Amino acid sequence: MWPFRKRGEPKPPRTLRRSFVTPEGVDLRLELGGAGARAAAFMLDAFIMLVILILVTIAISYLIESGEAQILEILWLIGFFVLRNGWFVLFEISGRGATPGKMALGLRVVARDGAPLTGGAVIARNAMREIEIFLPLSFLLYQTSQNAADAFLVIFALLWTGIFLFFPLMNRDRLRIGDLVGGTWVVQTVRSKLGADIGADVSRSAEDVVRPRRTFTDAALDLYGVYELQTLEEVLRVGRPEAIATVAAAVRNKAGLADDGDDLGFLTDYYRALCVRLERGMMLGRRRDNKFAPAVGRRA
Amino acid sequence: MNAPAETLLLNASRFRAAHEVNWKRLDGIVTRIERRGIGALTEDDLLMLPLLYRSALSSLSVARETSLDRALVTYLEALCTRAYFQIYGVPTSFWTQLKEFFARGWPQAVQGLWRETLASFVLTLIAAIAGFLTVIHDPALFYSIMPDSMAQGRDPSASAQALRDTLYNSGRQQDGLAVFATALFTHNAQIAIFSFALGFAFAIPTVLLIAYNGLMLGAFLAVFTAKGLGLQAAGWLTIHGTTEIFAIILSGAAGFRIGTAIAFPGRPGRTDFAFTVGRQASVAMAGTVVMLIVAGLLEGIGRQTIQVDWERYAIGLAVLTGWLTYFYLPRNRHVAVS
Repeated sequence: MWPFRKRGEPKPPRTLRRSFVTPEGVDLRLELGGAGARAAAFMLDAFIMLVILILVTIAISYLIESGEAQILEILWLIGFFVLRNGWFVLFEISGRGATPGKMALGLRVVARDGAPLTGGAVIARNAMREIEIFLPLSFLLYQTSQNAADAFLVIFALLWTGIFLFFPLMNRDRLRIGDLVGGTWVVQTVRSKLGADIGADVSRSAEDVVRPRRTFTDAALDLYGVYELQTLEEVLRVGRPEAIATVAAAVRNKAGLADDGDDLGFLTDYYRALCVRLERGMMLGRRRDNKFAPAVGRRA
Repeated sequence: MNAPAETLLLNASRFRAAHEVNWKRLDGIVTRIERRGIGALTEDDLLMLPLLYRSALSSLSVARETSLDRALVTYLEALCTRAYFQIYGVPTSFWTQLKEFFARGWPQAVQGLWRETLASFVLTLIAAIAGFLTVIHDPALFYSIMPDSMAQGRDPSASAQALRDTLYNSGRQQDGLAVFATALFTHNAQIAIFSFALGFAFAIPTVLLIAYNGLMLGAFLAVFTAKGLGLQAAGWLTIHGTTEIFAIILSGAAGFRIGTAIAFPGRPGRTDFAFTVGRQASVAMAGTVVMLIVAGLLEGIGRQTIQVDWERYAIGLAVLTGWLTYFYLPRNRHVAVS
């Protein structure tokens, strides 16, 4: 965003992928948490905090009946303070770098320079929440309770929160004011499962004799490039029958092959054959990015 | 993996078959750390973690160049990212950080704010004098400075005896006092956090907050001085006030620092400067919360048990000297941070 970028510094890209090189020299290409996920995580945290507050308040007001009112009142006051200011700080300062809401959405707070997250950064980023959310909110609540909330005040409070609320949408790194002051950003750390290898013949090794692998002509394999291959991979992984039928029909039509009634088998074989061919091309330094690039076999 | 090598047509498949065991192991270790912390690892796993991480990173580089299996690359990217943050991005343990905070971080952060602290102090002083003079000359203005909830009957209309009673323990409000001290602590701590956060708006709201605080202080003393209780009131205030007002001044200084860093970032550029300054100032701000806890204890316990003026002064000034020594006494900055 303008006031915060050094002159002459390149704009960050429009996507949420950020180049991030580890000390070992590999670019991890971090995926930043999107505005929607961030908002959902905050809502979740706010909801949990509210539930805790209500439960504790009920419990304490129930216990007050039985005496010891003073100590319970003090406990409530301190508990409220810790909940309001400590919830985000204590969770983010712990090894996980995430509150329960962020954990649920696979988000994590990290320092923008990749260094360990320090207490100072976490406190700075969460102290700013006070003016982003709590200040206008408590202001509004107070005014409403005093029946003094006129239209002007409401509009002002909404405008104020609005600026801070939508600040992450006004910069490409999705930074809150707190992220700006704390030098942090929120990245996605999803725990993904390694899918089955559709290029390997594991499942078929026994029946190989029964049904030999289909072979394709060079012309049929020259139709597509890497982009199409990876789209095909996705179709095979998702495994929706209609999609498979449509894609199989399209490939057969383009390659001029007859329909043999086994769409999945056909596409799997085609995928393997295409993958082998494109990999071979890549080994020779001829990567074919998509179907519009010159075919691997031919000289450009 | 179980298939004989000759059935693996693709480079990607052979590559995957050769390394998958290591990736799965790293995945397992990282998942365990994420769930239960580093303590959940066996010694063997702990030793393997950096090796497995580096081998996964190398796999990622190879896969990006040679493999067309997008799911594989995505998986490795996610795995390496998670492992990276477990190895490089994890803060030192909470207790180590706490120790570091008290030993070095806090005093250094406060020292770094000395210019702003001075400005904040002068502002409080000027506002206090202004508040004092205003109320001395026109007691009616007291009501427009001090909210009723803070004054609690300690206003110009109160009699000298009533005012004296508020200064010395008459057993009148003994019960509610601990609760009141706690409420005051949470209120003050919230104000301290606000004055830090509001610094973001070019420190203007922070200036107003600090000035208002000084104004209230002056007005409060003026009410007692008008009834000839000025020194006693100052003693009553000193016992915890030196800590409390110092804390408010420091939190204001932290806010000023943020504000000036945003307004005049200078050569480093606004984003870079904002966060180096922000991290340091937030440490000082967290410290003020600790100071306010001390102030709350002094107020809740000390003021009730100590009823003699000079003792109140002595304790208040001793605590202030303690703070000043702790913050500003030169110390070895170059002690290695382990």
